Amino acid sequence: MCTVCGCGEGEVRVEGKDKAHGHHHHGDGHHHHDHGPHHHGHDHDHDHTHGHHHHHGEDGALDYGSGEAGGSVPGMSQGRMIQLEHDILAKNNAYAAENRGFFADHGILALNLVSSPGSGKTSLLVKTIEMLGDRLKSYVVEGDQQTANDAERIRATGAPAIQINTGKGCHLDGHMVGHAVEHLAPSDGSVVFIENVGNLVCPAAFDLGEAHKVAILSVTEGEDKPIKYPDMFAASDLVLVNKTDLLPYLDFDVEEAIANARKVNPAIKVLKVSARTGEGMEAWLAWIMAARGMVLAGHPLGTAAE
Amino acid sequence: MHEMSICEGILDVLKEQARAQNFDTVKRVCLEIGPLSGVEIDALKFGFDVVMRDSIADGATLDIIETEGKAWCFSCGTTIVIGERYDPCPKCGSHQLQVTGGEELRIKELEVN
Repeated sequence: MCTVCGCGEGEVRVEGKDKAHGHHHHGDGHHHHDHGPHHHGHDHDHDHTHGHHHHHGEDGALDYGSGEAGGSVPGMSQGRMIQLEHDILAKNNAYAAENRGFFADHGILALNLVSSPGSGKTSLLVKTIEMLGDRLKSYVVEGDQQTANDAERIRATGAPAIQINTGKGCHLDGHMVGHAVEHLAPSDGSVVFIENVGNLVCPAAFDLGEAHKVAILSVTEGEDKPIKYPDMFAASDLVLVNKTDLLPYLDFDVEEAIANARKVNPAIKVLKVSARTGEGMEAWLAWIMAARGMVLAGHPLGTAAE
Repeated sequence: MHEMSICEGILDVLKEQARAQNFDTVKRVCLEIGPLSGVEIDALKFGFDVVMRDSIADGATLDIIETEGKAWCFSCGTTIVIGERYDPCPKCGSHQLQVTGGEELRIKELEVN
């Protein structure tokens, strides 16, 4: 599942590579490039009365004797049932597990930053990297549908950054991030910030192998965002309420927003920050360092630092 | 709209299974989807038809079993049914819930030829 939308397979671009994915498609290139305004009538009101009385063994075992034909003749087909119980996201989860293993082996803290477009993710990241300075080496994976603008903003801070353009895709997935990290080659004991595509819906479903999802909610949005987009807030461990310097000019009720976030995720941690004024940023940095401490616990780098 | 990529993922699994279990066409795909899986079923049905066209599952029927959202309430210690993540416990009104079911996103079975 490295693509994102039915016809987007050729559109994912990892910066610095001229061809999307290159070698990583296993030869089954099925592209559906016929996205015209087709009106294929789906009259899917089929009432399913073809009661199949198949008997399934465990683990997808097949009982050929119970198919439509009541027996199996080589060369003749009969409708047969296959029990799968296959998790649709398994492939992405396998890529994510691989990434997670890499991060763990190298003592790297990986954070997946998720939010709506315009919440100030990139500005917050720029400020964070500047404030972290020499305390912690930072790397950034930038996800956007188009342009390398954000990666350029990050690089201006001196931190290595790589842009992933998802084309028509609405989220990063484990496969794309694996590639990006390969190219980025983060050093041991560093932090990798993965700035996901601005979208509060789809990125919730795709594990990238990160240690934590961090949701950014700016005060120019509604207090009810956490319950409008519950999956994202349920999947996140921390919410950064950003742009708090604008609070005097707005009717945004911070406490209500926090209460809403806790309705979907009672354990979620909330920090109020302003990337512009720096207010609350030290607490966010302290959270990052604590999260890094968790990554290094039991890692050779952690014991070496003692 | 990640339902399209979910459908791409389904097609990947179908193709793998076709090789492993030796079949040519898929007549019916049965999915199990929970209300807390983050998937919009109508969007998935639309994406399914588009993605399966000209594949081994061209024209396949899509059946969806919708499961229930379940949670355990920390406050009153009961297992309850929820429709949304922000639903309060219907017994005591608490939001201190641990979701225990409803996140399924699974291919349950296939009918193949």
